[in-house]
Amino acid sequence: MEKLARAHVLCCGGTGCSSSGSKEIIPAFKEKLAARGMSDEVKVVETGCHGLCELGPLVIVYPEGVFYTKVKVSDVDEIVETHLIKGRVIERLLFREPATLASVPDYDDIAFYKKQHRYALVNCGHINPESMEEYIGAEGYEGLAKALSMTPEDVIAEVKKSGLRGRGGGGFPTGNKWQFTRNAAGDKKYVICNADEGDPGAFMDRSVLEGDPHRVLEGMIICGYAVGADEGYIYCRAEYPLAIRRLQGAIKQAMDAGLLGENILGSGFSFTIHIKEGAGAFVCGEETALIASIEGRRGMPRPRPPFPANSGLWGKPSNINNVETFANIPSIMRDGGDYFASQGTETSKGTKVFALTGKINNTGLAEVPMGITMREIIYDIGGGIPNGKKFKAVQIGGPSGGCLPEQLLDLAIDYESLTKAGAMMGSGGLVVMDETTCMVDVARYFLNFTQDESCGKCTPCREGTKRMLEILNRICDGKGTEEDIPLLESLAKSIKAGSLCALGQTAPNPVLSTLNFFRNEYEAHIRDHKCPAGVCTAFLGYTITDNCRGCGLCKKACPVEAISGEVKAKHVIDPEKCIKCGACQAKCPFKAIDKG
Amino acid sequence: MSSVSETTIKMTINGQDVTAPKSYTILQAARLIGLDIPHLCYHPELAREGNCRVCLVEVEGARSLVASCVYPVGEGMKVHTNSPSVMETRKTVVELMLANHPRDCLFCVKNQHCELQQIAADLGIRKVRFQGEKREAKKDESNPSIVRDPEKCILCTRCVRACSERQGLDIFSSVNRGFKSIVEPAFGLGLDEVACSYCGQCTTVCPTAALTEKDDTQLVWDAISDPDKFVVVQTAPSVRIGLGEEFGLKSGSIVTGKMVAALRRLGFDRVFDTDFAADQTIMEEAHELLHRIKTGGVLPMATSCSPGWINFVETMHPEFIPHLSTAKSPQGMFGATVKTYFAERAAIDPAKIVSVSVMPCTAKKWEAKRPQLCDSGFRDVDIVITTREFARMIKQVGLDFMNLPEEDFDSPMGISTGAAQIFGATGGVMEAALRTAYEKYTGKELENLDFIAVRGLDGIKEASVDMGGGVVIKVAVAHTLRNAEKLVQKTLAGEADYHFFEVMACPGGCLGGGGQPYPTDREIRQARIDAIYDADAHMKYRKSHENPAIIELYDTWMGQPLGERAHHLLHTHFTPWGERLK
Repeated sequence: MEKLARAHVLCCGGTGCSSSGSKEIIPAFKEKLAARGMSDEVKVVETGCHGLCELGPLVIVYPEGVFYTKVKVSDVDEIVETHLIKGRVIERLLFREPATLASVPDYDDIAFYKKQHRYALVNCGHINPESMEEYIGAEGYEGLAKALSMTPEDVIAEVKKSGLRGRGGGGFPTGNKWQFTRNAAGDKKYVICNADEGDPGAFMDRSVLEGDPHRVLEGMIICGYAVGADEGYIYCRAEYPLAIRRLQGAIKQAMDAGLLGENILGSGFSFTIHIKEGAGAFVCGEETALIASIEGRRGMPRPRPPFPANSGLWGKPSNINNVETFANIPSIMRDGGDYFASQGTETSKGTKVFALTGKINNTGLAEVPMGITMREIIYDIGGGIPNGKKFKAVQIGGPSGGCLPEQLLDLAIDYESLTKAGAMMGSGGLVVMDETTCMVDVARYFLNFTQDESCGKCTPCREGTKRMLEILNRICDGKGTEEDIPLLESLAKSIKAGSLCALGQTAPNPVLSTLNFFRNEYEAHIRDHKCPAGVCTAFLGYTITDNCRGCGLCKKACPVEAISGEVKAKHVIDPEKCIKCGACQAKCPFKAIDKG
Repeated sequence: MSSVSETTIKMTINGQDVTAPKSYTILQAARLIGLDIPHLCYHPELAREGNCRVCLVEVEGARSLVASCVYPVGEGMKVHTNSPSVMETRKTVVELMLANHPRDCLFCVKNQHCELQQIAADLGIRKVRFQGEKREAKKDESNPSIVRDPEKCILCTRCVRACSERQGLDIFSSVNRGFKSIVEPAFGLGLDEVACSYCGQCTTVCPTAALTEKDDTQLVWDAISDPDKFVVVQTAPSVRIGLGEEFGLKSGSIVTGKMVAALRRLGFDRVFDTDFAADQTIMEEAHELLHRIKTGGVLPMATSCSPGWINFVETMHPEFIPHLSTAKSPQGMFGATVKTYFAERAAIDPAKIVSVSVMPCTAKKWEAKRPQLCDSGFRDVDIVITTREFARMIKQVGLDFMNLPEEDFDSPMGISTGAAQIFGATGGVMEAALRTAYEKYTGKELENLDFIAVRGLDGIKEASVDMGGGVVIKVAVAHTLRNAEKLVQKTLAGEADYHFFEVMACPGGCLGGGGQPYPTDREIRQARIDAIYDADAHMKYRKSHENPAIIELYDTWMGQPLGERAHHLLHTHFTPWGERLK
């Protein structure tokens, strides 16, 4: 039996913190503790993601729950000597609230976490994801045990009662989906976990897989029992090597423990899970494309019906949910559907994980109850906009979503309200934009993404998004015409109505929502030949002001020799030669170069 | 059509009540009320993909428009096929195709046969609102049979499906994403570098000019206009059955006499018939079969007249080569005979003869270029054109085809039998061979010439023929390479107890060949088949060995079937693809 430790040092081993250096910190702690003869009394644990990835590597010291940010190997000595031995908190490593700059020692007092309700993410950052015992210690597999004592119909009834809806984007009621698969004729059925997280900026599924893999397995096993499947597939993108490794480890542990495989927990129910690595095509997040990819065919969607519930993997009834959906199942089974349904709005129950990125202070993952407002997420949890800039818009729902303006900040978020506002829940990516963002350029960015990722099968998506992108390019290049806006709208309408799968059907959303809320920016580009945010280089010009001292640094920095001038005399930029790279402005020590 | 017992549903289309079988799609149901919803990627004989989005319709309650070619009907369903949203979206979809399509319709080979052109015209598209990048890709003219012009491709994937579902070859697939998507052979290789059989079925389903036969008509014009050349032409059994469709006749109209008249008016010096050579083929093949049976040769023996099939064996199953009959195809036999026997008889320098053949087939263009086919001392067949190219030549010179007189082939290589006539249909070669083999083997006259069991459009047909004396010959017939593959596998596994089987690479046999007029579907093929057997039944001679011109050929010049001269001129050998590439 392992000796009980007096303190725990939790080091985040998620992808974010790993890449900022936590891989070195963990052995450094172990080495230091060993050198001080403390290996038995202080336990170092590599955990999954805490969500505040931008401030990583994160280290949390328990029992106090002190939250250290941006920890370096060189800080390890001090943490051991000062905190673990002398019991003093190290002020300089504490988290600071962006608004007040006040340091917050206690994890639970950090505003980023205070408004969150961690349900799917409950274990992430708190347990060792490679230890099944820790998962079980955190009430893991209790939901499965309870489910196996119920009839499959009752399990489905409980999921229906919870009101859980698909967290991957579609928002289809999970219980109903399970019911369809259960009702479908056939002895052989499959459960598929969609772990092909592909929205730019979204990483909640990765966090769950890396930080709490058993939770996903448990959700899938419960689903298998409920729908009558004996085999499951996790379709995980190969770009998530850590998630795949953790899943592989978890599957092996669960097999060894009899939680997977034959006759699970003596119930007579058997279930196995395979991992299929995807090659990173965005469209493979679409369920029929995903199925094609598992089958070894090119990942392209096919028209529905038949729905996978009736004819899915290898033509067999298959139930597909995404990672976050499955991650909610164990707790729903354990706590009952009513508890889950007690949170959220009328139509959207429970919590949702959002990935906060862009121009926001606290970049990271936040799990919040449905019905929360965008303002609470961005300002209370996210800590507002950095550098005193003004909020302009938030892009929600990934490339299929829309951009919502300031006047919608108090919108209570759920599936319906977002769709109504021209965005969508999607997988929960939130990209915050400030006044320096050009909305036409944003629309162009997302169109570029969907055009690149279009599978090419259907005409409207393949050809239509290309034409939309070309029009947006034209507008950003200062060559837009008055006809371009109605043309964009007409195309968008046809692409939405006519595309084969959701990728195409939602691809125009970023354009439509920016046209809806920021039409004036499009018009400014076309009519006034101006990019109000100063982003589109076609409208930019750099000029040297009277502050110039003639130091010549800008002249040296210019890659195209567009700047001329004698030493100690005011320099000038030749607008014909200037490529608007901004190198001169960055180099000027006297702030003598204006952009505009 | 559905069987009477199938359950039906009631729905409305544009407010009109429709009762349709439950298994129908909306597109099929609409046809019940005389409404043909515009479509492009849909093909009645291929898997339904729903990718072009031209056949979009509105179903009340559905989140977006749906592709009627794949969407199943349902009880109480309310469909609108020409609501403003449908009309606008459909037009935009076609406009988007046109925006990425060369607008060279006036001088495109598919002008007036192009389904995209037709739909653009039907929908009344008068301008394309989108300018921008167009797909730039090189034409593939790597092979003698098929030209692939990716710039004209609309990615409907009919070729992908036809090649996969009919032939099992999967030469084409979709690659790349987004606007860079393209349908092409593996690694963008030329068709000469992949296991393409050159059957040309892809060209029969391609709605645009992305896949077409290689046009060799100018070579024919050049030969005809050269005063030093003596240009002879042979026409395959299936050409006379398909050609009329190019001039508005219904499928199954046989136009032999007018075809001959047209060829004369185009300027050919002699108009001969491949049917004559088909009788030669039977003479050789039937004797070869009997020889193999008697001497314990490799069995089952398989026919070798379909060049798509030959290509398939040489590329995919070189181990099967010993099973192939060494008899040349009728085209090959004709070529070798015309530059020897005919040249000698007519006292024409064979070096001056240009041997042209009109074939229902794109692979014949490739066959004529096989190094083996030079047994006359010259290239046995110089130019091959398809039925479609032949029709274009007739139109080029403005011949009023329908009012041409009926004329006869020139002799001697224009005389043929019903046995040769049925070569065009799947099972026809088998039946013709059996007529001769039976009489040659038994020495008795066949009472019933009709081997019904080998006729028709079933994928694989089997039959056995009692030759008397306890000898029963077991035969099989397959059309399309997907079916052929099954016979090959069975043979290679040692499970085929056949003596003889016939393979035609194209569905229905040559009458459904890759060079036949557009469109070809099951009903059209059946009409052509019916016409062929009807013609056979009315022929003066119905057995190849009774063809007087054939008798004379063998008696006076060729010698015995399988004899020395026949062996030299009428038989060939096959080369595994690997060696061919060297």
